[in-house]
Amino acid sequence: MPDLLLELRSEEIPARMQRRAAEDLRKLVTDALVERGFLYEGAKAFATPRRLALHVAGLPPRGEAVREERRGPRVGAPEAAVQGFLKGAGLASLSEATTVTDPKKGEFYLAVIERPGRETLDVLAEILPSIIRNFPWPKSMRWGRASAQPGALRWVRPLQSIVATFGPETETPETVPFAVDGIEAGTVTYGHRFLAPAAFEVRRFDDYGPSLERAKVVLDADRRKDIILHDARDLAFARGLDLVEDEGLLEEVAGLVEWPVVLMGSFDASFLDIPAEAIRATIRANQKCFVLRRGDGEDLAPAFILVSNLVASDGGAAITAGNERVVRARLSDAKFFWETDKAIRLEDRLPKLDSIVFHEKLGTQGQRVERIATLARDLAPLVGADPDLAHRAATLAKADLVTEMVGEFPELQGLMGRKYASLQGEHPSVCAAIEEHYKPLGPSDRVPTDPVSVAVALADKLDTLVGFWAIDEKPTGSKDPYALRRAALGVIRLINERQIKIGLTKSLRQADHFLSEKGVSAPAKIEEDYLPDLLAFFADRLKVYLREKGARHDLIDAVFALPGQDDLLMVVRRVEALGKFLETDDGRNLLAGYKRAANILRIEEKKDGRAYDAEPDAALTASSGQPEERALADALASARTSASAAVAAEDFEGAMRALSTLRAPVDAFFDKVTVNAEDPALRANRLALLNALRAATREVAEFSKIEG
Amino acid sequence: MSSAVDLAPEASFQGLILTLQQFWAAQGCVILQPYDMEVGAGTFHPATTLRALGPKPWKAAYVQPSRRPKDGRYGENPNRLQHYYQFQVILKPNPENLQDLYLASLDAIGVDLGLHDIRFVEDDWESPTLGAWGLGWECWCDGMEVSQFTYFQQVAGFECAPVAGELTYGLERLAMYVQGVENVYDLNFNGGAGADKVTYGDVFLQAEQEYSRHNFEAADTAMLFRQFADAEKACRSYLVAGEPDGPEGRHRMAQPAYDQCIKASHVFNLLDARGVISVTERQSYILRVRELAKACGAAWLRTAGGAA
Repeated sequence: MPDLLLELRSEEIPARMQRRAAEDLRKLVTDALVERGFLYEGAKAFATPRRLALHVAGLPPRGEAVREERRGPRVGAPEAAVQGFLKGAGLASLSEATTVTDPKKGEFYLAVIERPGRETLDVLAEILPSIIRNFPWPKSMRWGRASAQPGALRWVRPLQSIVATFGPETETPETVPFAVDGIEAGTVTYGHRFLAPAAFEVRRFDDYGPSLERAKVVLDADRRKDIILHDARDLAFARGLDLVEDEGLLEEVAGLVEWPVVLMGSFDASFLDIPAEAIRATIRANQKCFVLRRGDGEDLAPAFILVSNLVASDGGAAITAGNERVVRARLSDAKFFWETDKAIRLEDRLPKLDSIVFHEKLGTQGQRVERIATLARDLAPLVGADPDLAHRAATLAKADLVTEMVGEFPELQGLMGRKYASLQGEHPSVCAAIEEHYKPLGPSDRVPTDPVSVAVALADKLDTLVGFWAIDEKPTGSKDPYALRRAALGVIRLINERQIKIGLTKSLRQADHFLSEKGVSAPAKIEEDYLPDLLAFFADRLKVYLREKGARHDLIDAVFALPGQDDLLMVVRRVEALGKFLETDDGRNLLAGYKRAANILRIEEKKDGRAYDAEPDAALTASSGQPEERALADALASARTSASAAVAAEDFEGAMRALSTLRAPVDAFFDKVTVNAEDPALRANRLALLNALRAATREVAEFSKIEG
Repeated sequence: MSSAVDLAPEASFQGLILTLQQFWAAQGCVILQPYDMEVGAGTFHPATTLRALGPKPWKAAYVQPSRRPKDGRYGENPNRLQHYYQFQVILKPNPENLQDLYLASLDAIGVDLGLHDIRFVEDDWESPTLGAWGLGWECWCDGMEVSQFTYFQQVAGFECAPVAGELTYGLERLAMYVQGVENVYDLNFNGGAGADKVTYGDVFLQAEQEYSRHNFEAADTAMLFRQFADAEKACRSYLVAGEPDGPEGRHRMAQPAYDQCIKASHVFNLLDARGVISVTERQSYILRVRELAKACGAAWLRTAGGAA
């Protein structure tokens, strides 16, 4: 079966776009083929800095023939109808049509249209130009002489040549005949810009890869990554060092070279005074180089790995020397930042925060810091932190935003603050909190342990959430520009993983209070406008969080259906206890009993048009009830009291145990007692008893939400 | 007797400039002299901003002293200057082999392409003040950015048709590289040796110190605010005066109006360096300059040089 080889060679494609573009190319071409009925055996796309390539294997040489019957008017129909039929079916005259007899409608014309399968080559020539013209680059451009005309071809950077061949393995493939904006598809391409500048011809994918390899181009990005990673590790190992691996950087660097050549450079050991993270940030961001660790520990080594695109005639000496110069200049800058930053105490930087707008409706960073500090002090006792330390930590938490180092490398926020705080002799908990108050930054990030960190982290997130709710900037669909979902998840993880008992409503009101005092002129009213909505947002996030931990969503719903659930820790504990209970026989049977009771109640209440929500008549039960009925009444009274007491003591296991005592009496009741007794008073009393069962279960959860 | 000077591009700053001029002159560029106004980058020169607009072909190359008041370091930083040189090349429409021409120019100034790692790293250029943007790269030589390479897509808010290719060489950096010098002030300027050697520091160190003081401490902000307002007003009035026949006919004063736009832009940069423009005001100043640039671009497109 024939194969398609397509190569779109251009000037340098941004590294970050390559992988996606290759995937888009594969999908667009194969989708267009399948849409036209052309199935294929396999397709793989590739990207280097200077080309996208696609191999589609196992295409048919031509499409299937199509036979279509088109029914025409009856024989003897008016001329206009006959002409319309001929035209529509593409017939010259009626002699090309046949006639068919229908038992009901008589004789009518029939056109049999047979279309031979189209040549795949022609179909490719038809679909490829429009795919190229409409390619979904995130950003594209016009260029050259052609750009004077409207509708000129757009590509990510100037497109230089197109290779498009199609044919079976055994024959010379044909060139797919098409052109886009004067670029004619052909069979000629080029290899590495410097190492193999001569043009060469390719015929099909089988020889394309090896030819490129000879022309010093590694086509497959994953192979380039592999080469870089292994060569880097080997180079490091040979010097007794460890590579600090970095998948994001590796991906980017593999998109900057067609022929990776890994080299090692070094820098003066005196730069190692600069914090390791800052060294790494500067070498990574500005130079796209990897840093190295000493083999015997965590300390950085004064060396780095660079990936060049050239087999240099001097073995890379000049390239290494050049990179070392730049790294030296960059590290000199970093060292200068570090030294200058150290000279100013963090608290002396605070006035600068007053001139930085956090959000135009939420005041300055300075105002925000004041809010967080006050809130952290209030929250401190709830998390077992010293209020003064929490206040101090929150006050200094954002000061590093105006340091030179963080200005240059925003990703070092928090971390640099911690270093500077430590140098100026702050309490260790304060130092830790300055770094950790941003945490957790997502579902897998570490949750801080130091209570001071926890207090500031909570205050930071609650202020953010309340603030954006107050100005009605809530996340919608996939849009969450202020990362509010992450902030809410952070609160949930802090509360649960650090076992913090906190009334969310109260804390949110507190945050709102500080908001109106500092920063926001006319926020929405928390009570009527947004508190229920914000609590519902937390409930949603909690569901996501618990679901990912394996909890059943119906149990979460069953707990949230109870009123006043704003203590997230209690919600979680309750869900856990409920889950365990329902895994026991007692639990399952009680649930079954509950469902039965609820069903009967639903039916009878509907039939009678009234609710049976009064307390059962104890005297009537005692005088006229069956023994099982009396036993259930007694059991309900005591179970409900103990369950309620246990819930009040936050002993959910105990509450479940109390409910489990109901199982036997409930089972016995349904076994022996007929609910719909002849005597209306007795019937009503039995229904009230079932309602009491429903009420008792509500002490722990809304059982009606539980499935199964 | 004049002593021997070495004008090889690796031996002197001016040798580097002369070599680039020779190279681009051979490509048919007009070699212009710097624009006689203070600008932040070579792009502001009307030979780039205005000539990039309209259908007429254009090839030019020139050195442009560029002023970045905020980058002043009192002569104490080995890499940062508030006044430095850019070598600017503008080719409209961009030739198909512009990357190859660029690489040949590096070869001409002594960068051996068999020894050095040249890379084109994504860098999309945008000038909010000029209402301009383009796609292209930072050109890296052994990990150091030595040039900017841009295909102009829009200037002064107008689509470029055809597109111009712009190359900007950072001359001091490039010279430091080819001369193997770590500190810009140590660059050999004239190619002389011994007592005849003139360094970049001999020429510019004092100026860097003086202008840093001026930019950060002394620049008369009241005067600058007035100048900004005056330039803005003048720009608008020249634009009106240049179209006596109304907004349909030829425009006759696009370039003098554009000078005032350049002026406003530089005055804004000085005010910014003095720290007297707040974050929110900053945006509105940039917008005001952009409005001037757009109006000047529109006028240029109605001149003999800019129209079809």
